Amino acid sequence: MTESGATAGGGSPPAVAAVKLVKSFGGVQALNAASFAAAPGEVHALVGENGAGKSTLIKILGGRLRPDAGTVWLKGEAVELYGPGAAHRRGAWTVFQELTLLPWMTVAENLLLGDEPRGALGLIDRRRMSRDADAALDRLGIHHIDPDALVEDIPLAARQIVEIVRVVIREPAILLLDEPTSSLGEHEVAWLFDLIRELRARQTCIVFTSHRWNEIASIADRITIFRNGAEVGTYRRIEEREAITLMTGQRLDTLFPPVPPLAAEVPMLEAQGIAAPGISAIGFTLRRGEILGVGGLTGHGHRELFLTLFGALRAERGTILVGGEALRLRGPRDAIRAGLGIALVPEDRKTEGLLLPMTIRDNLTLAILKRISRLGVIEAGAEAERTTRLADALQIKTPSLMQPAGSLSGGNQQKVLIGRWLLAQSRILLLYDVTRGVDIATKHEIYELMVRLIGEGRAILFYSSDAEELAHLCHRVLVMREGRIAAELAAPNLSAEAIVAAAVRDSLAA
Amino acid sequence: MPPELAARRERRPFAAHLLGQNIGVLLVFALLAAAVLLYCVFFWIRQQSLPGNFELTSTVNNTMPLAMAAIGQTIVVLTRGLDLSVGGIIDLTNALAAVHIQDNAGSMLGWTALVLLVGAALGLVNGLLVGVGRLQPIVVTLATLSIFQGLAIRVLPQPGGAIPPSYTAALVDPNNPWALLYLGLCILLWLAFRRSALGVAIFAIGNDEGAARANGIKVVQSKVIAYTLSGVFAAAGGLFLAATATAGDATSGNGFTLSSIVAVVLGGVNLFGGRGSAVGAIAGAFVTTMIVNILFFSEIDPLYQSFYEGLFLIIAVVVGAVLGRLLRRRR
Repeated sequence: MTESGATAGGGSPPAVAAVKLVKSFGGVQALNAASFAAAPGEVHALVGENGAGKSTLIKILGGRLRPDAGTVWLKGEAVELYGPGAAHRRGAWTVFQELTLLPWMTVAENLLLGDEPRGALGLIDRRRMSRDADAALDRLGIHHIDPDALVEDIPLAARQIVEIVRVVIREPAILLLDEPTSSLGEHEVAWLFDLIRELRARQTCIVFTSHRWNEIASIADRITIFRNGAEVGTYRRIEEREAITLMTGQRLDTLFPPVPPLAAEVPMLEAQGIAAPGISAIGFTLRRGEILGVGGLTGHGHRELFLTLFGALRAERGTILVGGEALRLRGPRDAIRAGLGIALVPEDRKTEGLLLPMTIRDNLTLAILKRISRLGVIEAGAEAERTTRLADALQIKTPSLMQPAGSLSGGNQQKVLIGRWLLAQSRILLLYDVTRGVDIATKHEIYELMVRLIGEGRAILFYSSDAEELAHLCHRVLVMREGRIAAELAAPNLSAEAIVAAAVRDSLAA
Repeated sequence: MPPELAARRERRPFAAHLLGQNIGVLLVFALLAAAVLLYCVFFWIRQQSLPGNFELTSTVNNTMPLAMAAIGQTIVVLTRGLDLSVGGIIDLTNALAAVHIQDNAGSMLGWTALVLLVGAALGLVNGLLVGVGRLQPIVVTLATLSIFQGLAIRVLPQPGGAIPPSYTAALVDPNNPWALLYLGLCILLWLAFRRSALGVAIFAIGNDEGAARANGIKVVQSKVIAYTLSGVFAAAGGLFLAATATAGDATSGNGFTLSSIVAVVLGGVNLFGGRGSAVGAIAGAFVTTMIVNILFFSEIDPLYQSFYEGLFLIIAVVVGAVLGRLLRRRR
């Protein structure tokens, strides 16, 4: 069942509506006559691939961007939003995807920014601000965040919570959430959804974007699907399979490509008893043509393991062997020389290791500058030729390699990260959560790329927060718990359930 | 009601947070205490007595221009900017004061107000170019520095003019450190600023300009005001400089561009914006003066003075950074 874009179900005017919004950045058309509408007391999901225009749409509704054409309606009125302040005055508040907290100010200052309690002489009463913030957090069932702590001193998950709380306490009539769950744990997601249900009961209109289908299906009253900057349709119920087809414009019969079995037992990377801050007694062998998965709950030493293998963290004990020879790692330079490459996507997804303002081409050739330089000067011809060929192979979606890397969508930035090590002829790739926050079609492309890479005789160590992904793509999976390898799973015992079970076994048994 | 997200955790008291978040200011005061101690030791060695009221007064009076400039510089640095034109504004306001102030209350009050207004106007030019024009602060204020220096030379081609003794007495009494009262006033103003919407906006911009804008902070307007305020404080510095020197010199302010940045850094203000306090910067200004005093009494060849000034500065900054890092880690 589909409905026309600008009218909400029922007779009352929609709380928020976008009518034929157009927006382009440089040569890239982000929105191309996009429309949708949502009613008070409705939870409305916007879904689509990365680059489909959802984030741009949310930014326009929140007053952070101005459309090139088209109209925004808030509470039945056509409005022109000159800035976030204008949207706030009309009751529309946004939780943005990237953090917009001020790191060196306290949680309380962030929560009440622009709305601070005043004391004598009209000056801000900082003690009362602290108490008010504490009370606000308490009301929402949050007791572990200290309102007087600096934001930079609290963990990332807590920051995400503060970001949400800050908006919720303004009691918005229209709450816009851009991928609010991308850096939340399961527990926090449950909390957020209960909060959303409560707000819905109070007739708040909630618009959110997400890539996680389970979440969308569990909470959304209606779903609008976007493709290429315009809506495909709005649905009350839709199956995931059908939705994916609509989002991508093509049928995805198998998300996971078949992974060829190991041809021979040729060890490429061996770890023996490695210990570093956060990890201990790590031992494993990564063989040629193998995808070795690393799983477990976040914060159990995966990141430290990857950084240690790449020489960015110093190992306190243990040996790392590459091709049977012990490796002396004084820094990433040694790792790169030994044929290792790392693609590391940090928790907040502002991609580590990419120089976002520099061009895609510069980012690709960063690790091999010496090889393509003559007398210290980069040979432009050689650089252009290699990178163009590589970008084609990786299917990096951009009008030109001379665009800044920051203009790419998340998934394509991840491809650039991997591509850099392919140019550097790395034989061993350390891929850390490269598919997080990436849309399904791009995920599929990354999976195919991985299978192709092992087919060419490389080996991949692959950490993912998605157990399903590990179970389908890896030959074996190491499950880490408290900095140690708690289990090694291989077929026929390898499944998403088994990985999750191994990751939490102790806490259940205890 | 949403479910409980997490259990209550032990909370540190408000005062403990305040202390932890103001380590930079504490450090500069410790540094100042160390410098004063060292100064006393050298003074004792040379004079067989401890410094007294005269030394205190002259130190305060000599520091006033820099302290003023440092307050203004702090406000701009907090926005992640930099005001290099401070020296030029001091040159120009110093020259104006020396040429125009007459020995009567009307002239003194009138010209004081006018000179501060001129400072505001000069700062406004910087602010408009940086805020509205979206130009790089370093380029803008480097250019206006030259322009203001040129204007100062036009106002007062040769060192001269005269400051009435009563004006000097009102600003920087040579016998008693009354000038500290002006500093006290500035600190009160600072504390009020810190707790005003404008103060919050300026700190927020330095934290993350994009995030501040997303939160509805008026970024352009706040930046313009920050540079304007810097101009006002630099002008106040020019007035204090004229009062101390009792005459005008259109080039005497040049050194303040760099020394105000030094005072700000010593005072624990982060050059990347968003963190710091004018109180720290004032203490930083005093540390700079004390370094000069210490060198004077240690009878170092004046030819090497600048060498040792630099050396002390590096040591002070390194010690501050190391201590700060240690304290942070312990938290």
